[in-house]
Amino acid sequence: MGTITRAAATGVEVRLEHLRRVFAGVVALDELSLTLAPGELVALLGPSGCGKTTALRLVAGLDEVTSGKVLFGGTDVTTLGANRRDVGMVFQAYSLFPHMTARQNVAFGLQMRRVDEQERKRRADAMLELVGLSGFADRYAHQLSGGQQQRVALARALAIQPKVLLLDEPLSALDAKVRGRLRDEIRRVQLEVGITTLFVTHDQEEALAIADRVGVMNKGRLEQLGPPTTIYTRPATPFVAEFVGLTNRIEGDVKGGEVIVRGTRLPLVRPDTPDGQAVALVRPEAVSLGSDGDAGGDAGGGPLVGTVIAVAFLGATSRVTVDLGDVIVLAQMPTSQASAHPAGSRVRLTLRPDPVLIARDETAAAEA
Amino acid sequence: MTRSRRIRLQALRFVIFALAAAFFLVPIGAMFEFSTRGIGINSARTFSAWAAIPSTPELATAITVSLELALITSLLMLGLLLPTMVWVRLRLPRLNRIVEFICLMPLTVPAIALVVGIKPLYIWISLNFTDSILALSFAYLILVLPYAYRSLDAGLAAIDLKILTEAARSLGAGWGTVMLRVVVPNMPTAILNASLLSASLVLGEYTFANLLNYENLQVAIQYVSLVSAGTSIAVAVASLLFAFVLLMILSFAGGRLQVRSPGQRA
Amino acid sequence: MTAAGNPAFNAAARPLGGGRRLPLTWLGVVPFFIYVGIFLLLPTTIIVAGSLVGPDGSISLSNFDGINRPFMFKSFVNSIEISTISAVLGAIFGALLAYAVATGDPKGFLRRSVMSAAGVVAQFGGVTLTFAFVATIGTEGIVYLWLQQHGIEMYPNGVWFFDLPGLTLIYLYFQIPLMVLVFIPALDGIRPQWREATESLGGSGWHYWRYVAGPLLFPSFLGCTLLLFANAFSAYATAAALLTQGGVILPLQVQALLTSETGSSSPGLAKALALAMVAVVLVVMSLYALLQRRTSQWLR
Repeated sequence: MGTITRAAATGVEVRLEHLRRVFAGVVALDELSLTLAPGELVALLGPSGCGKTTALRLVAGLDEVTSGKVLFGGTDVTTLGANRRDVGMVFQAYSLFPHMTARQNVAFGLQMRRVDEQERKRRADAMLELVGLSGFADRYAHQLSGGQQQRVALARALAIQPKVLLLDEPLSALDAKVRGRLRDEIRRVQLEVGITTLFVTHDQEEALAIADRVGVMNKGRLEQLGPPTTIYTRPATPFVAEFVGLTNRIEGDVKGGEVIVRGTRLPLVRPDTPDGQAVALVRPEAVSLGSDGDAGGDAGGGPLVGTVIAVAFLGATSRVTVDLGDVIVLAQMPTSQASAHPAGSRVRLTLRPDPVLIARDETAAAEA
Repeated sequence: MTRSRRIRLQALRFVIFALAAAFFLVPIGAMFEFSTRGIGINSARTFSAWAAIPSTPELATAITVSLELALITSLLMLGLLLPTMVWVRLRLPRLNRIVEFICLMPLTVPAIALVVGIKPLYIWISLNFTDSILALSFAYLILVLPYAYRSLDAGLAAIDLKILTEAARSLGAGWGTVMLRVVVPNMPTAILNASLLSASLVLGEYTFANLLNYENLQVAIQYVSLVSAGTSIAVAVASLLFAFVLLMILSFAGGRLQVRSPGQRA
Repeated sequence: MTAAGNPAFNAAARPLGGGRRLPLTWLGVVPFFIYVGIFLLLPTTIIVAGSLVGPDGSISLSNFDGINRPFMFKSFVNSIEISTISAVLGAIFGALLAYAVATGDPKGFLRRSVMSAAGVVAQFGGVTLTFAFVATIGTEGIVYLWLQQHGIEMYPNGVWFFDLPGLTLIYLYFQIPLMVLVFIPALDGIRPQWREATESLGGSGWHYWRYVAGPLLFPSFLGCTLLLFANAFSAYATAAALLTQGGVILPLQVQALLTSETGSSSPGLAKALALAMVAVVLVVMSLYALLQRRTSQWLR
């Protein structure tokens, strides 16, 4: 098995050039340029209305660009209709044809390509085996669970040996447990087939777990594009810092390319930030805890002294919530360290001098 | 959706709506036009046919009688059907299917067939009790059962009947209080719906009245048309507009209270 | 046979009732069942029983022989014909109108207006509706006269309006809106993803209708057509107002039997006819319910 699928494992390069889409005067997508290497999986991540789905639909040919180009393997497909682009698409949910069995669904694209019936059945069954649903070929959509339906949808999209695989929030209608399993399953199949893939999601955990590179989008623009670790550890913009992962917002003073947060000097990602009051964005991982007594604690509480109010056990790491009196700060650390600070204990915080970003707007600063 | 397909779809929709509007509106307009024609070929427009409505005693009586029938049928329907449906839901849920079956039965028994079986009954009623036309309400109640049942059913499904009544009962309310002060105020749309549907059905009813030898509005319109076509058409337009207004009130009141789209956008 | 006089009955009743009287709970539904018993179940029984009682008072099927008489049979055929034609045409035009409505804004003013109007017009019929068409395309109707002034004669081969073709046309006035009301839920159940999936799999617009939307909608379309058939088959008032000649379709035969002398001489025949009508409608409506159940699994 897998021979026919691996035979197609010649992923093509997909290039989006200055894509722009305007709906009735509203810019949904603004100058998106992005190149996917052959066989690469890129996740577009962002809140709803950020333009990620619009981008996907433009690549699929389900929507028409206002300006810009889409190229598959160097060939301009911008003006081709969806039915002539050779893209495989998996939708959010309910996209299986309800009056067809799983096998008929998977074979549908081959039927459109006039593949003969014997061959259709053979390839459909092979695809169903690839997604782990060999025994379910004769079931109808309403006889399958949500996760199984999405596997069939994936098999259907891949059966036509498309140039590009497009996934439009394929996991968002499933419950958490199934979601994690199917996410890994999609990645396994994608790697096995070697197809260039664009994956759209609003779930950062999903994007960071599945993608070779993640593109974070906001208000129709691509804010940052990079490997998951870079996106998480070195966010390029305040939006990315706040959207991806958890972030503490702590007030401080910007002075000469640094920010002074409660007595601790932290370098800035952008040293050209003007001086003045600002809100620094600090990752929980950059916060470590020590017992208050260690530092000969003054009873009034120093600038970074507070009380532990909750400890959330996450497995290997734990997240500790500390009340500093005027602000709540999260700290994340190995569970072994966290267990030294049960709820109610006094702690002193230390901030690791990683470069930090400053929160975007005045209103955010005011409410912090 | 691609641009060209969207344009084609909009053009198709426009053509369909235009043709439908013509087919459905022209006859109504034509009827109005007809009722304002003068006697001669080139005579001027006149509202004399409309003016003659009150002075045609048959029509005036028939209008009153039909309105009374509509009112009585609606009240009977609410008085009989609503308490039964509430009671069955609360205390006799296993009868639910039977009540539903009976209420929807008139859909499969055409009125013209039912009247054959109901005629002996009405001969007996007029001989032994009353020959008042208002007795027709009982037969009309059967005709409105399916429609009334469906809208009341929808209304009852939307409220948590059991919890509401249990709460009211635990606070010391009797069954009468529960019906009038708890159930009814919680489903105004469904009750309005059922009543207006019943009323409009009764106002347009012809089969039963004609074949059981009673003269309601529709029968009177037919009789008067033999003498004065203009006047009877004027009444027909008026009654149609009246029914239309009733049902427009209903559907817009209903539409506002229960905005439910069939979830095609997940 | 009375219960009191039969010890076996009493003995059997005890364990069933547990020795208690009828629970008070049941009193709540007594008025309803008495009422439908008298005004719905009793008339139905009268029809069924009456159709099985011959002129001499014995139980027989002789009443149904009356349906075999040529003029009676002809009206049966006419009824089936007009119901079929008006159902098929009503279903086609109604489905088109429903499609135009369903592709618009689901909460828009247009949709709400059309649906409200359809609710009203679907119940429309009888004298008023006949007048409307007489005033439009009758020989003094405004459209007829206007066409005549422009040199177009609507009835070059005789006035078909007061005959079955005219009746079919008038029936469309309530059949089309009924179709819109009952078919819209199926159209609303069609998900936009299905068209997009078809396109991305290489299918054209034709493929979408041929392999996806068509097969999905067909059971519902067929079911709704059956409902329209039953609706036309049962309609009486409009035919009574339009057709000058009696007995052309089944409901008019029933009317003739109820109101004329010939009717009182053979009371069983009217009941046999009524029963035949109920049987036809029952079969058709059962098929409708069956098809609707099939569809509801697909189009939720």
